[in-house]
Amino acid sequence: MVKDYSNVIKKIDSIASKIYDDLQKPEIPYLNLPTRSKSNIQFDEKLNVWKYGSNQIERSAKSLDGAMMLLRTMYMVDFIKQMIKVKKSSTLREMYYISEGWDLGKFHSQNESNLLAEDLEVITSCMREDFKLRPEEDGARVIGNLTIEELTRNNRKKKIHCQDDVGDSGYTIPYNVESEKINFKSIDADFIIAIETGGMFDRLVENRFDTSYRAILVHLKGQPARSTRRFIKRMNEESNIPVVVFTDCDPWSFRIFASLSYGAIKTAHISEYLATPSSQFLGVTPSDIENYKLPTDVLSREDIKSLKSELTDPRFQDQFWKNEIKLQLKLGKKSEQQALAKYGLDYVTDTYLPEKLTEMGMIKK
Amino acid sequence: MSKITALDLAKNQKEISVAEFFERNKHILGFGNSTRALLTSIKEGVDNSLDACEEVNILPDIYVEISNHEDGECRVIIEDNGPGVVKKQIKHIFGRLLYGSRFHAIRQSRGQQGIGISAVVLYGQLTTGKHATVISKIQEDRPAAVLELAIDTNKNRAEVINQTITHWDKPSGTRVEISIIADYKRGKRFVYDYLQSTSIVNPHAQITYKEPDGAIHVFERTSEVLPRKSVEIKPHPYGIELGTLIKIAKNSKSRKLSSFLKTEFSSMGDRTVNVVCEEAQLEKNLNPKDMTRNEFLAIHKAFKKVKIMSPPTDCLSPIGETLIKRSLKHETREISPEFIITASRPAATYSGNPFQIEAGLVYGGNLPKDSSVKIMRFANRVPLLYQQGGCITTEAISSIDWRRYGLEQKSGKGIPSGPAIFLIHMSSTQIPFTSESKEAIADVSEIENEIRLALRICARKVQHHIHKKVRRKKTKEKFELITKILPEIANKSSKMLNKPVPSLEAIITEIMDVVWIEDLIEYEKVKSNDVKPVQTTLIDEKMEKHGVGVITKSTIMVVNYKRKPQKFNLYVLIPEDAVVGMVEPKPVKISDKYIKWNLDDIPSADKVDIIFELAGLEEGDFDENDIYTEDINPSFVIGADKWEGD
Repeated sequence: MVKDYSNVIKKIDSIASKIYDDLQKPEIPYLNLPTRSKSNIQFDEKLNVWKYGSNQIERSAKSLDGAMMLLRTMYMVDFIKQMIKVKKSSTLREMYYISEGWDLGKFHSQNESNLLAEDLEVITSCMREDFKLRPEEDGARVIGNLTIEELTRNNRKKKIHCQDDVGDSGYTIPYNVESEKINFKSIDADFIIAIETGGMFDRLVENRFDTSYRAILVHLKGQPARSTRRFIKRMNEESNIPVVVFTDCDPWSFRIFASLSYGAIKTAHISEYLATPSSQFLGVTPSDIENYKLPTDVLSREDIKSLKSELTDPRFQDQFWKNEIKLQLKLGKKSEQQALAKYGLDYVTDTYLPEKLTEMGMIKK
Repeated sequence: MSKITALDLAKNQKEISVAEFFERNKHILGFGNSTRALLTSIKEGVDNSLDACEEVNILPDIYVEISNHEDGECRVIIEDNGPGVVKKQIKHIFGRLLYGSRFHAIRQSRGQQGIGISAVVLYGQLTTGKHATVISKIQEDRPAAVLELAIDTNKNRAEVINQTITHWDKPSGTRVEISIIADYKRGKRFVYDYLQSTSIVNPHAQITYKEPDGAIHVFERTSEVLPRKSVEIKPHPYGIELGTLIKIAKNSKSRKLSSFLKTEFSSMGDRTVNVVCEEAQLEKNLNPKDMTRNEFLAIHKAFKKVKIMSPPTDCLSPIGETLIKRSLKHETREISPEFIITASRPAATYSGNPFQIEAGLVYGGNLPKDSSVKIMRFANRVPLLYQQGGCITTEAISSIDWRRYGLEQKSGKGIPSGPAIFLIHMSSTQIPFTSESKEAIADVSEIENEIRLALRICARKVQHHIHKKVRRKKTKEKFELITKILPEIANKSSKMLNKPVPSLEAIITEIMDVVWIEDLIEYEKVKSNDVKPVQTTLIDEKMEKHGVGVITKSTIMVVNYKRKPQKFNLYVLIPEDAVVGMVEPKPVKISDKYIKWNLDDIPSADKVDIIFELAGLEEGDFDENDIYTEDINPSFVIGADKWEGD
């Protein structure tokens, strides 16, 4: 299936036209885009996820920084147009290196170029896949009783069973998880468990938690990549399997859950593609620290700052999170998933998870 | 126990010898320990040499050598190209304590600051038992005299142990060699500091220093011009002591009180003389030689009550801002400071003594950022290296809040810390030292006030400079925006759309919306016939000698990026030492401080170039334009400040 890019080109050209028309008027050229910060996200009742609000910022050639951004934007849209023309794609990192040749328009860090690519998504309401840009990282892993059909680079459809056809490290999620690339052929599981750390994922694999509890294990690899989130969302929506999230107990891990469940601030323009609103937080919760008497570390100054910032983050305003965050601030402690090993290697699979999952109604006693 | 009578006491009472006096007081004379002794010895020699050269208008060329022997003995050699000393005076000048010509004169000189070179000879004799050698040549075609001197400590007289003559290449000069016990290891840092500091405030001197290990440092001459000669003046009535008044009266040739007062003192005209006599209730015709102590006391009291004009101040010889800047620049070139600022106050007086304060400030570069600022203190071109804490200069610096000027200072008081060097120079006919060791200037409110005013000028200039730096950065950014980025945006967008590149002029005006002023300074070497200096305090001897000089050429570009035509006045500051050459376009005024132009209606997007040339300066003396505007909203202008009046 050959994708039709004419709409993308039209949208990209409209950016160039806007600037060109401004210059011709003459008016100092500028572009508007939504403010991409915590203060400008709001809950979309219809989509059930958090999206950008109506606050806009203006990038104007009046200031040096603004003019630089406009110049880079021009370079980037031109580059994307060229790629579409010659039917190539590049990684975000490759584009960063290509920008070395953009003279004044070159980026000083990859973060700058990534952010601008996201800006372009926001302005054009395209996805970066439409721009022929792909991320570096993926490699998040899946193990469980499901069969995936993947269209390989040889243009052959290949079926992979994520227990029988893979080793202990599982099936690796590719960067493109849209239906043109992969499809779920069969899933037989009671729930999906998304796990923050590789160590805990491997523990659950070794203890065969996927078979004994009919679970699909997904390794998030820290803050999950877009494809990982999209993959989980598709499993959840297409097969109606509930998702639980299992992370460390610290403010950064809570943000992992938020981006998976509610939508990330950086990608709020595409939350409806990426977020799984029905997913639930399993733990480790600050209450667990007390209930399970887990070994802890003291909260750092950054941790405390970050927890306080979450108290004003619109995504954490429900009672559960308010109570848990306040409790953690009161405790002044944080803990890791793997701290459960205090009670032995099997404790997490034999006791902790069954207890928590029963509590959440995922498994019956 | 028998009673001791005055007669018994008298048996033990006798005149003490100079040696004893010296031994007892050596700490206040600068020979308190073997570290200080080394520095004091060199200081006495170098100060003498500088004074001697200046007295006869010779640019000083001074050579200092220390050779270090074991057991703590140093041989100190100081040589100059001065006029030399006539043979029969040598033993008096180098072999008698408190002998010299400068003690009695009221004028600005270095000599008043030490006990004299003879003390070094004595110290050497006392500590090593060795004799001093003096070589002196007074005339080009005559041989030099070589004398070996010892001091008879009982009589305070020199003995010539040995004398001969020798051939010396120099046209004239003096060389002394003295062996002393001194701690070279600990003293060497001070010697270096002293010579370097001396070189900074004596830019007309060349100083060569050879260390015991053979290392040679040359502190180069940065000015070919001798300092203005300090003139001897009569004492001013405000500063005179009663005893001195009586002594002057005894030696005076005047036979009447009125003519005595008029001829022996500064600032005494007929009218003032009358008022003083009236106030003292004394006859104008009294013969001063017949006057009683009480009558002198009445005069002395009257002096204090009557309003008398300040003494003349042209007797002073300040260094000058341009020369201070030049030599600071030269000596700190390895630090590559960000900027050097100088300030000069007009002459003032305290207790009838004229004085003048000059200040300098070196900022940035490789100077240490987290230690206290370095303070360089000078009195009549002599560095003060000890007792910094007790000096009025230190107090004046500490009393100013430097936090606004890029330095750190706890609660806005005390010696600030940061990458800076402060220089303070006081010139006066009479420096009020705190003690005989002459290392710190005493707490005199008039002096402190003047120092503070000089420092405030520096501080203002620092702030000006900081503003300028920020502005310059902004200016550079804007310039890059309109000259590079904007055209590139236009190119890129038109190329993508296959349309012609739009004209940007209107948008550039819109974005800038200012009058833009930028300057450039160039130096051109020229032959002397090309320049005709009109007035200058720095007569450029080099130019006269070699027929080459430097023209400092400033180009100031004024671009109107406003949408409407602009009309305003523009000022640039010029150093007082400089001579203004070519100026374009025609200015409306040239004063000794600034040049002023009326700029008539510069159309939008148009530019005007202003060019002016300065002579009488060396390359780098003038390296920054201070530009001001008048009759235009200052926020419309980038690159200049608002003119606040003269």
